[in-house]
Amino acid sequence: MEKFARFIHDLEISNKTNDKIDAIVRYLDVVPEEDKIWLVALFTGKRPKRGINTKLLREWAIEISGIPDWLFAECYHSVGDLGETISLILPKPTHKISKNISTWINELSAISKQSDEAKKEYVLNAWSGLNVQERLIFNKLIGGGFRVGVSHKLLVNAISKHSGIEANKIMHSLMGKWVPADTNYAELINGLDLDTNISQPYPFCLAYPLEQEVGSIGEPEEWQAEWKWDGIRGQIIKRKEELFIWSRGEELITSQFPELEKMVSILPDGCVIDGEILAVEKSQVLSFNSLQKRLNRKNVSKKQQEETPIGFYCYDLLEFNYEDWREKPLGERRSQLEKLISALPENDTVYLSQVIGFKSWEQLATIREGSREMNSEGLMLKKRSSPYSTGRKRGDWWKWKIEPFSIDAVMIYAQKGAGRRSNFYTDYTFAVKDGDKLLSIAKAYSGLTDKEIREVDNFVKRNAIEKFGPVRTVKPELVFEIAFEGIAESGRHKAGIALRFPRIRRWRKDKKADEINTIDDLRNLLNSTRHADRTDKGI
Amino acid sequence: MSIITFTNKGIYCPQGKFYIDPWLPVDHAVITHGHADHARRGSKHYLCHKYTEPILRLRIDPALSISTLDYNETIFINGVKLSMFPAGHIVGSAQIRLEYEGYVAVISGDYKTEYDGISTAFEPVRCNEFVTESTFGLPIYNWLPQHELFGGIRDWIANNQLQDKTSVFIAYSLGKAQRLMKGLEGTAKLFVHNSINNLNKAIESNGIVLPQAELVTMETPRTETQNQVVILPPALLGTNLIKKLSSASVAICSGWMQVRGSRRWQAADAGFAVSDHADWSGLLSAIKATGAEKVYVTHGSTATFSKYLNEIGIEAAEVATQYGKEDDEEIGEPKNEEE
Repeated sequence: MEKFARFIHDLEISNKTNDKIDAIVRYLDVVPEEDKIWLVALFTGKRPKRGINTKLLREWAIEISGIPDWLFAECYHSVGDLGETISLILPKPTHKISKNISTWINELSAISKQSDEAKKEYVLNAWSGLNVQERLIFNKLIGGGFRVGVSHKLLVNAISKHSGIEANKIMHSLMGKWVPADTNYAELINGLDLDTNISQPYPFCLAYPLEQEVGSIGEPEEWQAEWKWDGIRGQIIKRKEELFIWSRGEELITSQFPELEKMVSILPDGCVIDGEILAVEKSQVLSFNSLQKRLNRKNVSKKQQEETPIGFYCYDLLEFNYEDWREKPLGERRSQLEKLISALPENDTVYLSQVIGFKSWEQLATIREGSREMNSEGLMLKKRSSPYSTGRKRGDWWKWKIEPFSIDAVMIYAQKGAGRRSNFYTDYTFAVKDGDKLLSIAKAYSGLTDKEIREVDNFVKRNAIEKFGPVRTVKPELVFEIAFEGIAESGRHKAGIALRFPRIRRWRKDKKADEINTIDDLRNLLNSTRHADRTDKGI
Repeated sequence: MSIITFTNKGIYCPQGKFYIDPWLPVDHAVITHGHADHARRGSKHYLCHKYTEPILRLRIDPALSISTLDYNETIFINGVKLSMFPAGHIVGSAQIRLEYEGYVAVISGDYKTEYDGISTAFEPVRCNEFVTESTFGLPIYNWLPQHELFGGIRDWIANNQLQDKTSVFIAYSLGKAQRLMKGLEGTAKLFVHNSINNLNKAIESNGIVLPQAELVTMETPRTETQNQVVILPPALLGTNLIKKLSSASVAICSGWMQVRGSRRWQAADAGFAVSDHADWSGLLSAIKATGAEKVYVTHGSTATFSKYLNEIGIEAAEVATQYGKEDDEEIGEPKNEEE
């Protein structure tokens, strides 16, 4: 446990990706073989089932530390993490227990089948034999993740560095349905029984934002315009009758989208398609908000699949009949893609991302104005003659996004953040003017620099008027520009209006509280966007 | 009966007609210790512990009107008996004991109960009324014993030296810097920033012996500080002076570092929970040892801590003061209102 605690500590204090990778490599160097598999399991969401209810943990911790329940709650609020709070309030250890991570995990798994009394005895004994850092690890092994900034991708890169095996192959090897307790680390990362070559993706081609006048990029007929969808960019690979879905972050996300996995039976073999994973209902793209309900889930229930169906909007064809098509011009790739898609049997998952016909840039600009109605972020402009480049190449692909809405509002409430931000007031509520009163309209966090957060935090601490639990009412003085993607009527909000994805765009230090927008400004905006709203509701 | 009241200028003794740690200018100010939130400029006359005098002269004005006391020494002011007892917070920190007609009040300023190797060790004082801080008044704050804490820090330095790294400590120039110097004596050559050096001189003018330390400036060659220990005040965190050092590994020393959230917030390489304030059990044991009938909680987790005291049968009230704020050294601290 000391090695693991040390390792977690190293990860925690490193801010750089390379330092984190080095920490993992160092750990892999020193731990016994049977612990390595648990490293992979813990950081890829294959942690053992929670065997002990966290409510019980909390209860026992309160009992043996002898503090009242409300005081524990205060501590929890200040620390922002249950496992850590418990580790800090427990009495000092009375003895020292040294065991491997795999031993702890096996014991925890065995104890989870026993009575609450047996669990309690086990946990209390462990707590009394571990120091603060080790207790934290122990509590996290029972339930909860290690938030130390290790993504799947980073872990794979570290294992690759340690083992010398190519990262994409390890990514493939790790994705299957292996069970940590029955798996050998070396066999797993070497991808025994797997053909890791077949999952190999191509690097994504990326676009630059269009900042110049659209007319300056050339003649309209040289360009293909599409909606810029706001989902998860993905690459679908079908080779040797197997399907793989890669995200732009080069993570294999196949199992997150069972409806797309079914495409294995309809797509031709040896093809790779670039596209966007979107929430789609009755051929209508839903907002990113809806898609979010489906992201980063290990298991997707039937109900979730029904409530938020997923579709794949195809942009481009990168491989066809096992042949790399990336050097062919877009026009040729596109017509083959169209043929391929139209030949598929009827289905409600694979769509062609529509090409928008336009005669002039002016016409296209008008079409772009309607992006919000499509739940799109604007337009993509791709040169018809362009190859499918590796990464970002200026001049071939442009993203022409629409501007978000924005208003100036004043901060009226502040609340401390969680985790890293638990000591700072980082979550704010903003208001606009309603006559001579203020009306809260949005809650937002982030969008400020660390330095600005400190400044606002300081302001809140000095200008708090009232406390409501963790919330502070503050003097309405700080003005912020709030950007948002949409506006809708809402019965649940006091203002009768709900903003979509509100975030702080910048701190308007130049503005005073009486210069902010009014609720009437927002109502006018709502009326002018009614049309878009109708699309949302499917009327 | 009460011999202290809380006014908009600070803690006041009406019988003695003087203030303790006032935040606005007054005629007679009794000062618990030299930190800026307790010792403010502008008063006509100051009374403090003899070790605090040169600190006030350095930080406020060399020409200040100051009289001093030693620990356990007594004077009478307008019939009020006043004496000072060690608070263990920093060099010269004193609990102010007031006695009038047999009634005793103690104003503790900031304090810690464990001996830190440099500040005169804390002594509990029996009293009727006790004024306490509660900077770390939550049960999540429990410090490691001094030798364990410094053992960990020494290990960290040794590990840095193996990797050819310079160990940089971020610590208050008054109090924590000297405590670190003492605790790290012998691990490496010690370098300090000018603000710390000035305070070291002030402290040494009292005959207190501090470990040898050299000045670090922008002109100090990298080779001189490489693999050594450099102590800098919080305001220098993230500045060019650190960037100029040879592969600096930066540690923040503050009680707030007990919690991961605070450690991670800082872009530092390590965080050590070294605090000059009492931890949870220190606060409770200190308060119980006073036997006070009434406890006033002035700064820190005041609401939570006084509520808890009342629940365990110690009558306590939260009072609003200006302590723990506006300290000129607070820039860069993780939670800049309190320590």
